[in-house]
Amino acid sequence: MNGMTRPPAPAPGLPRGLPGVARPANLSRRGVLGFAAGALVLGVALPPRLARAQGTTQATTPGAAPPPGTRVPAFLEIGPDGAVRLLSPFVEGGQGIGTAMAQIVGEELDADPARFTVECAPPGADYLVVNGIRMTGGSFSTRSSYETMRRLGASAREMLLRAAAARLLVGQATLTTEPGQVVHAASGRRIGYGELAGAALALAPAAAVPLRDPKTFRYIGKPVARLDAREKSTGHARYSIDMAVDGMLQAAVQHAPRLGGEPGAFANEAAVRAMPGVHSIHRLPGAVAVLADRWWRARQAVAALDVAWTAGRGGLEADFSSAVMLAALRAETGAGAPAEREGDVDSALAGAARVVEAEYDAPYLSHAQLEPPSALARFNPDGTLDLWLPNQMPELFQAAAAQVAGLRPEQVRLHSPLLGGFFGRHFLYDFASPFQQAIRLAQAAGQPVKVIWSREEEFGRDAVRPMGFVRFRGGLDARGMPVALHARVVGEGPIGRYFGALQGGSPVDPSMVEGIVEKPYAIPNRRVDCVPHRQPPVIAFWRSVGHSMNDFFYESFLDELAVAGGQDPFTLRLALLRDRPRQRALLEAVGELSGGWKRGPFEAEGTRRARGVAMATPFNTEVATIAEVSIAAGEVVVHDVWVAIDPGSIVNPAIIERQVQSAVALGLSASLLEEVVFEEGAPRARNFDNYPILPRDRMPRVHVRIVESGAPMGGIGEPGLPGVPPAVANAVAALTGRRVRSLPFAKTRLGAA
Amino acid sequence: MLELTINGATHRLDVEDGTPLLWVIRDTLGLTGTKYGCGIAQCGACTVLVDGQATRACITPAESVAGAQVTTIEAVEQEPVGRRVVAAWVAHQVPQCGYCQSGQVMAATALLRQTPRPGEDDIAAAMTNLCRCGTYNAIADAVRAAASAA
Repeated sequence: MNGMTRPPAPAPGLPRGLPGVARPANLSRRGVLGFAAGALVLGVALPPRLARAQGTTQATTPGAAPPPGTRVPAFLEIGPDGAVRLLSPFVEGGQGIGTAMAQIVGEELDADPARFTVECAPPGADYLVVNGIRMTGGSFSTRSSYETMRRLGASAREMLLRAAAARLLVGQATLTTEPGQVVHAASGRRIGYGELAGAALALAPAAAVPLRDPKTFRYIGKPVARLDAREKSTGHARYSIDMAVDGMLQAAVQHAPRLGGEPGAFANEAAVRAMPGVHSIHRLPGAVAVLADRWWRARQAVAALDVAWTAGRGGLEADFSSAVMLAALRAETGAGAPAEREGDVDSALAGAARVVEAEYDAPYLSHAQLEPPSALARFNPDGTLDLWLPNQMPELFQAAAAQVAGLRPEQVRLHSPLLGGFFGRHFLYDFASPFQQAIRLAQAAGQPVKVIWSREEEFGRDAVRPMGFVRFRGGLDARGMPVALHARVVGEGPIGRYFGALQGGSPVDPSMVEGIVEKPYAIPNRRVDCVPHRQPPVIAFWRSVGHSMNDFFYESFLDELAVAGGQDPFTLRLALLRDRPRQRALLEAVGELSGGWKRGPFEAEGTRRARGVAMATPFNTEVATIAEVSIAAGEVVVHDVWVAIDPGSIVNPAIIERQVQSAVALGLSASLLEEVVFEEGAPRARNFDNYPILPRDRMPRVHVRIVESGAPMGGIGEPGLPGVPPAVANAVAALTGRRVRSLPFAKTRLGAA
Repeated sequence: MLELTINGATHRLDVEDGTPLLWVIRDTLGLTGTKYGCGIAQCGACTVLVDGQATRACITPAESVAGAQVTTIEAVEQEPVGRRVVAAWVAHQVPQCGYCQSGQVMAATALLRQTPRPGEDDIAAAMTNLCRCGTYNAIADAVRAAASAA
């Protein structure tokens, strides 16, 4: 079992890497690996027509496909009333990308973002704007497409000007625009975009168009209201689970108790077939399904079906458990490969005045997005397939669906509705999406079928954030300053598993070590070893990926070094950032935001409290976090979290502030409460009663300061998360003297100091 | 045949006893604003009003609300408290993914109908629905704003 569907070996002649696409200079090594790997996956998964288009993005020969992000009518429709419909390359799942796209395009088009409706575009070469591929993830959307989408808006505006010039019989240079209209100042004539759109969008885009001077931005950089707030406050927003088509049957499934099991005999088939509304019963790979007229009837029937499950091949072994896995990671003795090496760690440790050692671990996690997975498949009389499916990579799922259906990719119309949360859930992982089931059931029934997974089935088949384990050794000099740091990171990450073979055989999995390598601190001797140890479950990307635990490990251990060296953790970090003005300024900013650094313990609002601090550098964004905690009834109470975030430059400060709030909530939820416990080869918790997520009464106040340093644009959706677990852990240590090295906190009963 | 009054309209429905109100609303009547999240009354995405009380429809047998007035998110703006709540939700830009927000809006509406000037304890007791996007602070701000707008 490999997890995410592995692409076949690249076919000869298909593009490798990113032909003809210039990479922004700001990409980290990790970013390049991520892009390149993704491009290869997509390159082999795409139909040849698209793949060729991808490979000819710089082509200027007549008849060649235009570069992604340049064919204006593929993105924009302007109605007679001037309303703009934007087909976005990205799927909206709460992160506000639809609004951000409207701001960016609207800025250059000269149209108010409030006039936009934004939908996720269908699969197609026009939309491969994330450096030649397309995905919604990795906090890449805005930063990867910002220039492209600005140019798209500017191209559209130029086409409107050209159309207006032809209509008014005036020179194009005599025309200008105001939001939604072309203006001829000399005559006072104005024409709305809606009147011009038909003629304008038929024109060929100009080769080069001027972009607005950022000093004149009216929408970019402003707290423009989200376009979807009202439809999401009134129940009108439609998600995959809400989709319906004529003649549709509904399917509920029962998966094998353990991954790898296959359905054998049914003990009560006739009785189940006779239940109300039941249409038919089906065996599927690793599951059984009942089709009925209503989902609840299907669910009742499939739950009643008495299935003899047989052991299949692959899957999880009956004796697999989280406890066994953690013991195996701890016992792993392999040397691994160096992910970072600076100076001479061994000598520095040997010569250190004091050596500190510690082991840290973090559990498997579920995405636990509130919308359970669903898929609606409809075969059409012309042999094509319509598929509605939550997904973060339309072209990849289109190709995978085509394979299941026995069609060519272009015969599959993939619809990507709003996501009811995602956090990495909707990439293509093995056994983790209902689309194959929907396709097979629609074929078997000869009718459209919508599959909905119950929450219990979802917890049973969600792909999990990997378990993490790190062993640290740190050396201090006589003054208590860190002079050496050695980290052994043991396990497996999603980049390595899914793209490892495509990374040119690199022994270092960037998703295993991110957050431990490339830290900004001036510790002269460093070594980070990436030690592979396979993890049997289907592993996944989960909001902030390796950073979701590695920054907890590293920043907690750094506090241990501070304490061992008799230093204040904030002051020590400032000292270690002496050569890093950007990070140092951000640390000072979060200190200021919190009213001035104080570690505590101290008294506040009648409780004894302390604060912890942490830094993180995720997704090309810099983040500094401070948390204030107390202890009540043995549990951590987080009162306030202060976050200073520097993504370089921004599009929407209001959405950024909310994304930080959201990331704080998820980071806190994971560190306080969450743990997927495998026992006997299966996850134990199957609903929120046994997999609690952060409730409202444990949400802290969150204070956000956005710093625009002018550095190349970084990500937003994920970076607020990684600093939260270590800031809380460091505060808990300051308050109680107790160092929590194993997440979640709920496993440790804490007493006040 | 079961007779239910939903958003002021009476429906005669062919559903088995024990069928959760949620699935009658979503599936039989096609009102998809009310969401399925967990099925065990943990998350509150399915919250509707039954005679004005916030009720988790996923564990409420449909037959148990025969004769009652059921209100779903689709009708929330038909009365002033609901309109204020929705307006506050939009003004405070509460939703992110939005999946839980129908239930949150219904829970807030029920609270403010019963307690027009809720204290923090009232809000804490009433607003227990889960939000995986962590919009909790915005939710509390919006509830306070809707209350003070009365």
